[in-house]
Amino acid sequence: MAHVEQLVGSYRAWASNGASHAPDWLKDLREGGIARFHDLGFPNVKQEAWRFTSVAPITEGSFEPATLPARVPTLADIRPFLLLEAGYRLVFVDGFFQPSLSTPFFDDVQSLAHVLTHRQDLVRPYLGKYALTQDRPFSALNTAFVNEGGFVHVPAKATIAEPIQLLFLTHGDRPIVTHPRNLIVVEREARASIVETYASLTQGSYWTNSVTEIVAGEGARVDYHRVQRESAKAYHVATTQTHQERDSSVKVHAVAFGAALARHDIGSVLAGPGGMLILNGLYLLAAQQHADHHTTIDHAADHCESHEYFNGVLDDKSRGVFTGRIIVRPGAQKTDSKQTNNNLLLSADAHADSQPQLEIYADDVKCTHGSTVGPLDPRALFYLRSRGVGEAEARRLLTYGFAAEILGRMDVAPLRAQLDRIVRDRLAER
Amino acid sequence: MAKNQALLEVKGLRVGIAGNEILKGVDLAIREGEVHAIMGPNGSGKSTLAQVLAGHPAYTVLAGTAKYDGKDLLDLKPEDRARAGVFLAFQYPVEIRGITNSYFLRSALNAVRKERGEPALDPIDFLQVLEQKVKAIGWDDSMMNRPVNEGFSGGEKKRNEILQLAVLEPRLAILDETDSGLDIDALKTVAQAVNQLRSPSRSFLIVTHYQRLLNYITPDAVHVLADGRIVKSGGPELAHELEAKGYDWLRDAAMVS
Repeated sequence: MAHVEQLVGSYRAWASNGASHAPDWLKDLREGGIARFHDLGFPNVKQEAWRFTSVAPITEGSFEPATLPARVPTLADIRPFLLLEAGYRLVFVDGFFQPSLSTPFFDDVQSLAHVLTHRQDLVRPYLGKYALTQDRPFSALNTAFVNEGGFVHVPAKATIAEPIQLLFLTHGDRPIVTHPRNLIVVEREARASIVETYASLTQGSYWTNSVTEIVAGEGARVDYHRVQRESAKAYHVATTQTHQERDSSVKVHAVAFGAALARHDIGSVLAGPGGMLILNGLYLLAAQQHADHHTTIDHAADHCESHEYFNGVLDDKSRGVFTGRIIVRPGAQKTDSKQTNNNLLLSADAHADSQPQLEIYADDVKCTHGSTVGPLDPRALFYLRSRGVGEAEARRLLTYGFAAEILGRMDVAPLRAQLDRIVRDRLAER
Repeated sequence: MAKNQALLEVKGLRVGIAGNEILKGVDLAIREGEVHAIMGPNGSGKSTLAQVLAGHPAYTVLAGTAKYDGKDLLDLKPEDRARAGVFLAFQYPVEIRGITNSYFLRSALNAVRKERGEPALDPIDFLQVLEQKVKAIGWDDSMMNRPVNEGFSGGEKKRNEILQLAVLEPRLAILDETDSGLDIDALKTVAQAVNQLRSPSRSFLIVTHYQRLLNYITPDAVHVLADGRIVKSGGPELAHELEAKGYDWLRDAAMVS
C-alpha cells in the first residue's frame, strides 16, 4: 500500500506544480485517474484478470518519477531501434520528447504534450474516452499522469505512406517509472501504419506503464505494431485500446521479447457494422521472463470479423499467459470470430497458460477458438531430419517457423526484417 | 560399389514399437537402378519397414542388419542417412508452420550438398536448380512459397514429396503409400514423375497396398509382406495376381508353411 500512497504523492506534487496550468478538462481527467487508482490499488492474484500474474515485483520495488535525461542519445545510439532513416518519427527518452531525434509533421505527428498545449481541440474529443479506467488500475494511473507520448492524427481520406515510428527508450541507469500515453486518430477513410517500440539503452531495471488509444473512423485502415523489447530486468505494463467505426479495418501486431515481467491488455471495440480486426501476437521468452497478454474483443455491432493469432515460444523457466476474451453483444449478428493461441515449450520448466473466454449473446454468429501447449512436434522433427537437416538445426528451424508465422503477417518490411533478425539471434544463442 | 552388389541389403530384420514386434525377420536386397515394390495387407508392417530404413526414432531394432552401400544403415542418424542418399516419401507429409517450402527445401538440399562436398546454394541459385527440376518432371513451382504442406490438398502433399525427391536426388528412394488418397489423375501425375526420376544409379522401394500404382510404374520385383515377413517374391506379374486374388491366399500359405 505504501507504494500506492507514494505514487499518489508524486502525482499531487506534479499536479500542483508542473501540471497546474492545464485546462480544466485535462485536470479533471487526471484527477479522475488518480482517484480511481487510489480506490483500486494494485491488482492481486485473487482477482480473476490477474490470476496468473503477480505484480509484486512492481509493488515491492521503488520507482522514482523520471527526470530530464542527463544525456541525450545520438542518432547512432538509436539506429538499432529505427526502421527507416526517412519517414515521420517521435523519439522519447525516459518519457521526455526528443526534438533533435524526431521528425514530426505539424500537429498531426507530434508530441502529445505539445498538442495538449497548442491544439487541445485535436485531442480533447478522444483522449481518455476509450482506454477506460474502471477495474484497470494501471490504465487509471497512466491517465493520472497523462502528458507525454505520441500523437498521430490522419485527417479524413488522407494516407500516410511510410510507417510512423513512436520510439520509447529508457536509459535504465536509474529505477524510474514512466507513463507514456499515445493517441492515434485515423479519421474517415484515412490510412496509416504505426510502429510503437519500447526499448532500453542499458540492461537496467525500471518500470514502463503505457497506454495507447487508437480510433479508426468509418472506412479507415490502421496497421498498428507494438514491439516490446525492454531490458531483461524491466517491468512493462501496457494497455492498447482500439475503437472502430463502420467498415474500418484495424490490425494490431503485438510482439513481446523483453522485460522480466510484462503485462499487455489489448482491448478492441468493433462499434460499427462491417468492421474487420486482426490481433496478431508473438511472445518469445527465456530465463525467468513472464509475459501476460490479456485480450478483449468486443463485437458491439453486426457483420464484423475478428481474427486473433497469438503464438508463444517459451524457453528455460519462462511463463506465458494468454487470455482471449470475446464478447458478442446482443444484435451483433453475423459476427465471424476466430481465435488461436499456440504455445511452444522449449524446456520442461517453461509454462504456458491459455484461456479462451467466449461470451456470446447473439445467435447467428460464427465463433471458433483453439489453443495448444506443447513441445516441438516429433513428427515434424523427424520429417526435417529425414531430409538431411541436423537435429539442432531442425529444432531451430521449427521454432523459427513458429515465430515467423506471426511476423509474416506484418506488412511493414523493414520491421519484419528487424524482428526476424532478433528471433534468429535469440535462437542462435540457444 | 562393385557391380551386382546390392545397394540395400536387409537381413533378418526384426523391429518393434511399444513392446510389439512388427517386423519378424525381413530379408530384402535391392541393386542399383532397381525398382522393388512391397505389397501387403494393412498392418503387415510395410510402413514400419519404410520408416525404419529412414531412421524413425519411435522404432526399436530388435535384430538383423540393413546395409546401404556397404555401410551399416541402422547405425546412422536419420539426417546422416538422408545425406548419404536415402529418401523417404512420407505417407502423411507433415505440416510445418511459418517455413516456406522453398526455404525448407533449400535447407535440405544444402545439408545434402555439404555432405557431397558441394557449395551451399543461395536463394537465387537455388531457384534456378528448382526450376530445372520442376520443369523436368513437368510441374510448376506454385507450391514453393506456401508454408510446408500447410493447407495442401492430399494430392499436393504427395506431389510435394516427389518434388523433394527430384531436388534432393537420392540414390535410394522409399515411397511409403504415395498412392494412398490420390485420385486417378493425381496418381498418373505422380507415377509419371517417378518414371522420369528412374535412372540406373537410383533405386526405388515402393510400398503400396494396392496394385494400381504399379500399372504405371513397372517394378523389377514385387514382394509380399504379411505379418512382418516377406511371404512371397516375384516379378511384376505377382502384383496382378494379388489384385485378382487378394491377400488371403498368401496369408494362409504363410501359415501352412
